[in-house]
Amino acid sequence: MENSVLTVERFSAYFGDHQVLHDIDLSVPKNVVAALMGPSGCGKTTLIRCVNRMHELLPDTKVAGRMFLNEKDIYTMEPIVLRRKIGMVFQKPNPFPTMSIYDNVIAGYKLNGIRRSREEFNNIVEQSLRSAALWDEVKDYLHRKGTFLSGGQQQRLCIARALAMNPEILLLDEPTSALDPKSTSQIEELFVELKNNVTMLLVTHNIGQAARVSDFTAFIYLGELIEYGPTEKMFTVPKDKRTEEYLTGKFG
Amino acid sequence: MEDHVRMRLIKNHIFKGTVVLFAFISLLPLLLILYYITKNGISVINWDFLMNLPRPIGETGGGVFNAIIGTIILIALSCVFSIPFGIAAGIYLAENSVGKLGNLVRLCVIVLQGTPSIVIGIIAYLWVVAPLHTFSALSGGVALSIMMLPVIVKTTEETLKLIPYHLKEASLALGVPYYKTILKVILPSGLSGILTGILLSVARITGETAPLLFTAFGSQFMNWNIFKPIDSLPYRIFYYAMSPYPEWHTFAWGASFILVVLTLAFNLIARGVSIKWKIQF
Amino acid sequence: MKMGKQQTGTDRSERRFTKTLMVSAVLIACLLFAIALTLLIESIPAIKTFGLGFFIGKTWNAASEKFGALPFLVGTLLTSFLALLISIPFSIAISIFLGEYFKEGALSTFLRSSVEVLAGIPSVIYGLWGLFLLMPLARAIEIRLGVPPHGVGIFTSSLILAIMVIPFSASIGREVITLVPSDLKEAAYSLGATRFEVLKNIVIPYARSGIIAGILLALGRAIGETMAVTMLIGNSNFLPTGIFSPANTMASVIANEFAEATGIVSSSLIYIALVLFLVTMLVNIIGNYIIQKISIEASKEVT
Repeated sequence: MENSVLTVERFSAYFGDHQVLHDIDLSVPKNVVAALMGPSGCGKTTLIRCVNRMHELLPDTKVAGRMFLNEKDIYTMEPIVLRRKIGMVFQKPNPFPTMSIYDNVIAGYKLNGIRRSREEFNNIVEQSLRSAALWDEVKDYLHRKGTFLSGGQQQRLCIARALAMNPEILLLDEPTSALDPKSTSQIEELFVELKNNVTMLLVTHNIGQAARVSDFTAFIYLGELIEYGPTEKMFTVPKDKRTEEYLTGKFG
Repeated sequence: MEDHVRMRLIKNHIFKGTVVLFAFISLLPLLLILYYITKNGISVINWDFLMNLPRPIGETGGGVFNAIIGTIILIALSCVFSIPFGIAAGIYLAENSVGKLGNLVRLCVIVLQGTPSIVIGIIAYLWVVAPLHTFSALSGGVALSIMMLPVIVKTTEETLKLIPYHLKEASLALGVPYYKTILKVILPSGLSGILTGILLSVARITGETAPLLFTAFGSQFMNWNIFKPIDSLPYRIFYYAMSPYPEWHTFAWGASFILVVLTLAFNLIARGVSIKWKIQF
Repeated sequence: MKMGKQQTGTDRSERRFTKTLMVSAVLIACLLFAIALTLLIESIPAIKTFGLGFFIGKTWNAASEKFGALPFLVGTLLTSFLALLISIPFSIAISIFLGEYFKEGALSTFLRSSVEVLAGIPSVIYGLWGLFLLMPLARAIEIRLGVPPHGVGIFTSSLILAIMVIPFSASIGREVITLVPSDLKEAAYSLGATRFEVLKNIVIPYARSGIIAGILLALGRAIGETMAVTMLIGNSNFLPTGIFSPANTMASVIANEFAEATGIVSSSLIYIALVLFLVTMLVNIIGNYIIQKISIEASKEVT
């Protein structure tokens, strides 16, 4: 696909002898939200962890096939360079408890030893927090530790932390599964807005969320990509029977 | 930018290398100690050394039979004093996870565990040796049992706490009284854990010397009377090591070899028990 | 009627059982109080004679009946702190090795069991080994440096103490490092940090209070350690003049002199034991309190 930010070609992954992903082909165009949905344990989380090579932190994992980020081979890059270009937001909000809100936002720079002037950092912090729709709520407490924030606020702080690095793609691993409905809808709205700046790959087990937020949806089942296409089309006329069964709730 | 990344990766590797290096350097003393004990100790070990009594300087030969027996007697005495008591207190703590008394006792166990062994030696001296006007195996047993006690209480409590509540419920639901539930259902389920704790604490006290200096004291003679001074392996090692005679130094290594084998054996058995007999819930 | 009788029989056993448990627990507390009380009562003669000045008195002389514990206080502090200083890089390395780089696998099992064996070797054997290996080594160093070559003294004792506390502090260190939530580490990795940067900026700051507690508990261990130090410190009752000078620690002077002590000497030694007891008690309570607090926090994180 032309203009695609992320391209996945015949990609397989193994934990030990167990194959968890089978020949996945996928391509995500610029400035969209692409959702990966499927029942739990289907391999969707493994797939996005392979995008920024986080699976390498676990012992005994192996992959085959290729992945490209803006036409550069992900698996020939240095992981620490790659991960700076890819933002990630996790299931549970995980701001660094030993750092202030301000330091959390620029944690990527601080951790990687990238120097910027005070002013530049101030700008980055404000920009990122504004993009994450958190600026107004925390601008007076920037130098306090983020532990007093609510779960939804903490997750938006984590989104700001990822955005601060100007990622080429943002990986979202069930980012609202630990949040209450109100925070969830706030964050879903945020994703729709963020589309103008960044491409997002969203893992969700919530069919409604995929329908509300995403432009493209992939249905993964037992480690295989069953169907991938524009969300509207898939939800109205699924091509595969299994997709239809999943959407109608037959897999639970 | 590339240089920056390379520098960071180099730093990362250097750090890992340093960690691995330092971790393995810390094993150097262990290697050396085991080497010294084996090299100097094994040549001394023979039937005579194991089965004879120490002889005064000037006479060659002699052994550590009385020290081995003494150590066994001391271990037996401290087990008798501390095991029933420790297990009972451990059950209490496991059954009363909240409450003031429980917390106080838990704190006391921590303090007791951290109390220097020499202080416990003084205590056993003041409590047992001074009133009886003689050093004795009994006082040594008291000192060592105070050292064993916290370990037994702690492991008993921790083991029993891991036993699922539904086991207790199942028994109580059958109409089994509470004390029988504890004694016949809960305690047997935790037996391997408690046994492991006992063995580990025995391993710990087998090598203790400081609390014996002014309690069991030491003796060149064979002694079965617990109201008399008694020899022990660690005391014998200390005595021989601090003497000016080279022959006695080799005896110290021989006794060390036996002592290390003994402590390691207790540790290994403890590990075996905890793996083999462990009941999975 | 019969039922009722049986009931009361069970009740009685029940009550006896719970009472036994409680009495055992109470007795443990009593044991500790009795220890403290005994030490206090027996040291009263010394406390009355010397008061708090005991700890600034520089002479310990049985002939003139003058007893001051400053030399032992200084000896204890010097050996313990020196030992900690030497051991810290090693114990932190082992903690990181086992808690981060090699959490499982053959290498981890090997290092962990070796450290356990190291912890299980009796103190008196460390002392014996020190006499035969460290003492000549220290003597050679002292000759090089042009100081009196005693071989035994504060330096040698600190070395042996350092080796002895490494397994202890390393196991606490490993525990607190593994308590650092993995989602924080993952967040840092996802921002492109190297393992070293994650350790430096996330793991160590998060585990800081636990590491401090570990150092404190190791200090408690070092202060109370007796046999190896007694064998290697040189048994000198004078104020140490440097790190190569022979000395005595609070524990070693008791080990050396208590068996033959009577009267005021004995009471003074018990006074020292009382202080030793109180100091280690304080250190242990604080250290354990910190560890407990962070493990409770960590278990909250999980749920």
